[in-house]
Amino acid sequence: MKINRLLTVTGSLFLVSILMMSQTKPAQNTLKASIERGKKVYADRCLTCHQLDGGGVQNMNPPLTKTKWVLGDKAQLIQIVLNGLNTGVTIDDVEYHNVMASHKDLTDLQIADVLTYVRNSFGNKAKAITEAEVKAVRAKMK
Amino acid sequence: MSHLFSKSFYSILALCTLSLVACANNTSEDSTKKSETNPDDVTLTLPSGFKAVVFAENLGGTRHLTVNANGDVYVKLSRLKNGKGIYRLRDTNGDGKAEDISGFGNFGGTGIAIKNGYLYASSDEEVFRFKLDANNNIVNPDKPEKVVTGLLSRHEHEAKAIALDNNGNLYVNIGAYSNACQVDDRQKGSPGMKPCPILDSAGGIWQFKADKLNQTYGDGTRYATGLRNVVGLDWNTSTNTLFVMQHGRDQLHDLFPDMYDTKQSAELPAECMYELHKGSNCGWPYIYYDQLQHKKILAPEFGGDGKKTGGEDAQDPVVAFPGHLAPNGLLFYTGNQFPEKYKNGAFVVFHGSWNRAPEPQEGYYVVFVPFKDGKPSGNWEVFADGFSGGPDFTASGRAKHRPCGIAQAPDGSIYVSDDAKGTIWKISYGK
Repeated sequence: MKINRLLTVTGSLFLVSILMMSQTKPAQNTLKASIERGKKVYADRCLTCHQLDGGGVQNMNPPLTKTKWVLGDKAQLIQIVLNGLNTGVTIDDVEYHNVMASHKDLTDLQIADVLTYVRNSFGNKAKAITEAEVKAVRAKMK
Repeated sequence: MSHLFSKSFYSILALCTLSLVACANNTSEDSTKKSETNPDDVTLTLPSGFKAVVFAENLGGTRHLTVNANGDVYVKLSRLKNGKGIYRLRDTNGDGKAEDISGFGNFGGTGIAIKNGYLYASSDEEVFRFKLDANNNIVNPDKPEKVVTGLLSRHEHEAKAIALDNNGNLYVNIGAYSNACQVDDRQKGSPGMKPCPILDSAGGIWQFKADKLNQTYGDGTRYATGLRNVVGLDWNTSTNTLFVMQHGRDQLHDLFPDMYDTKQSAELPAECMYELHKGSNCGWPYIYYDQLQHKKILAPEFGGDGKKTGGEDAQDPVVAFPGHLAPNGLLFYTGNQFPEKYKNGAFVVFHGSWNRAPEPQEGYYVVFVPFKDGKPSGNWEVFADGFSGGPDFTASGRAKHRPCGIAQAPDGSIYVSDDAKGTIWKISYGK
């Protein structure tokens, strides 16, 4: 009985996901392109400190892997890239205190791309960040 | 037939059960063995005749350390562990391992040193001292005296490494809270500030009185300037001068991709050893030392292009090592245990790089520089390696251990600390 129900549930989930996949195909392409572009921005601006694997540097540069800073509030994450950060952060009881420069000279699209890349790399899986979202945060800061 | 079947069935069952039990026994033996072995164990490689033993482990972020005349090791923790910022490690039975470990001190930090019956230790803003009694115990572990207070600590190069001379002076590193003194730190396109205002209160070594309490900037002297950040430093008793290891600037490629490729940025600038005198200027932020061109090069934030020289008023390094290796410990060896070539030479502990990405990282070792008549008398060589766990761990920067502090014991052995896992090794010769 239970197994039957489980099968039914799994089956419907499968169907739903197939339906969703077919519907979001263009969006996925956009996502893929954004991640590709973001990877280049990451190499230019982020890699030295946050490292190839996104794992950061002990006590200095925070990891970008599975932390609420990366996966949580989008506006806060966008703000950090725009403003930089010089107050230090504590993640899993470890303090990271190196100074992060502001990257406000990047375009809205570049910031959206690099954050989308980070949110979908190093074991992360989170929604893309759009150019419009970056634009909105930047406008509020002015 | 059925009787026979059931008989053999039961025998097989019994055999199975036995082997299962045996297996289970084996498993539990194995797991006991494994739990006794630290999965992060590494084997250090050393020159022939030397051996390393783990003196203590899993202590936390163990930074600098010092050894008292009776052999007690005191080690400073970067941040509090179980409310304690300093550990005393005592080998009570002479087996080369610390059995008696006790903690005190309610501040995290880096610096620690023993002089004239006091244990000095620093937080990122202050220097404290604890009195030692005739039996080599801390008199009042909960109430240290405050020797220096109010030093700048601004999220970058905040460690206040310390050294003492034999003339009643205390030397404190006050690292620059900046990479290259740009208007906006580490921001691409932001120009360098000339004169660099940071140098008034940081980016150098300050000298204080070792026995005067509650000193701050006004009581001290800026002993040497133009030093971006110093973690490894030692008073050299054969020259009677202070030697320091500077952490060179970061991010030449990130900030100036048109002038430096990632390979040059990984290799440059040199990590420099300087011999200081009162009034020394080592040139930061205006210049850096290029160990490949053997020149002081004008920093790109101040009009440099990777070739123009500068810093005519700045002194040259005593030794120039490859870039970004992060020298966190320095010791001039005065013991009698090691072979003659080590006498008065310098051990430098390289914490290991991070600023070489995307190129492979490097470091995580202790090197030795032979000295004669107070000057280097040969090339430096790697003395102790293997802290990272192997070449892959070194290249990725995901080192298992990151060597940090170094201290000499009364018997001439040396201790090396690791601030990633909190392992302390004792390295000895010929025993």
